[in-house]
Amino acid sequence: MSSSKKIRVLVAKPGLDGHDRGAKIVARALRDAGMEVIYTGLRQTPEMVVRAAMDEGVHCIGLSILSGAHNALFPKIMELLKAEGVDDVLVVGGGIIPEDDIPGLKEAGIGEIFGPGTPLDEIVEYIRNNVKI
Amino acid sequence: MSVTDLVEGVLSQKRRYLARLISLIEDEDNHALEALSLLYKHTGRSHIIGVTGPPGSGKSSLVTKLTAEFRKRSKTIGIVCVDPSSPFTGGALLGDRIRMQEHSLDDDVFVRSMGTRGHLGGLARTTSDAVKAIDAFGKDIIFVETVGAGQSEVEVVDVAHTVLVTDVPGSGDDIQAIKAGIMEIADIFVVNKSDLPGADKKATEINAMLDIDPRERTWRPPVVLTNSRTGDGIPELVETILAHLKHLKETGLWKMKGLQRSRDELQELMKYKLTKELSQKLQGKPEYEKAIELIAKRETDPYTVAEKLIAEFLFSESR
Repeated sequence: MSSSKKIRVLVAKPGLDGHDRGAKIVARALRDAGMEVIYTGLRQTPEMVVRAAMDEGVHCIGLSILSGAHNALFPKIMELLKAEGVDDVLVVGGGIIPEDDIPGLKEAGIGEIFGPGTPLDEIVEYIRNNVKI
Repeated sequence: MSVTDLVEGVLSQKRRYLARLISLIEDEDNHALEALSLLYKHTGRSHIIGVTGPPGSGKSSLVTKLTAEFRKRSKTIGIVCVDPSSPFTGGALLGDRIRMQEHSLDDDVFVRSMGTRGHLGGLARTTSDAVKAIDAFGKDIIFVETVGAGQSEVEVVDVAHTVLVTDVPGSGDDIQAIKAGIMEIADIFVVNKSDLPGADKKATEINAMLDIDPRERTWRPPVVLTNSRTGDGIPELVETILAHLKHLKETGLWKMKGLQRSRDELQELMKYKLTKELSQKLQGKPEYEKAIELIAKRETDPYTVAEKLIAEFLFSESR
């Protein structure tokens, strides 16, 4: 596996939220699916997420959030990406996100939201099929 | 994005273009080589500092603290951190950024994570080209952090001007492990986590090893104690790094290293290109497959066939 193109994914936990078990499990699953996963760690501001995604040249950003602040943070991240002229990065989210909030997040540009219990394969497949590489 | 745009973007310090170029370099895209060939004359200015040592010896934290100290001195910084790719799936978990949060919004710090993508030696095959891209971009100092290294991951010595080898107290007889490979490439030894018991003992052990080093050298690697959590020893380490840089320049080693590097680089590139062309030319050819069969049946041997094929390749009229 030397010279082929690799899908690069940033896994980030935005906001004040210390629960990173889910993010780590997803990161591991993406790794096992042959992707390069950049894990940023906890308590990222939207600015930090966007800067890291750009410098690392990722094709996808995976946001994990369990604090309830998704309606504020996710659209903010999309806004910053847009302001930087980034339109070719797939953004997905996961964590504790009420059904009712999902349409609004998708409208803001989030590709898909994966709740608790989502099979890991489903996340891998979705990313594979939707990244621009 | 055209190659010209890419090159101009990098030279005018637009980090998006730098990020894009490094992605192309990693994917071994032909555009990357074109861009690098145009950028080459703008490289050779950065002081490249390699950081290697066993996993968990605090390399990323050390780089973070050194970055903070160099930023105080108004230096701009690039960081390339390499983590291993899985030999089974090709995937990688690149986690060095976690330790580098404090610089994540500093415009004068650029951090890039790389997977080894099957390359051994402590770096990715394309790490030195990624470093060149950052060099052309104009960073004063570039840190190259290797994968957690054991004994033979010494390739960083070919990329860096100054190599830091980190170790931690209490790794005890582990001095054996660093003896063989890594011990020989250090310009500076760093005993990190110096608040742990045994730090002085570790420093003494390394110094004792250096006392019996038979090589005649103008620079004896100093041993510096640091604590990446509190920052103890970091200013001293920066001074030591600067002293090493001064030594390289004053003794002419800087120039000599540059020459050696250009030689290695050219040779490596030719080897890579030739191998690639040769295998492209031979792949799937009936007589090539036939020869392989004959070798397997022991009717001929690989030594003879290799000689013959290479002679034919080198002297074929089409070339």
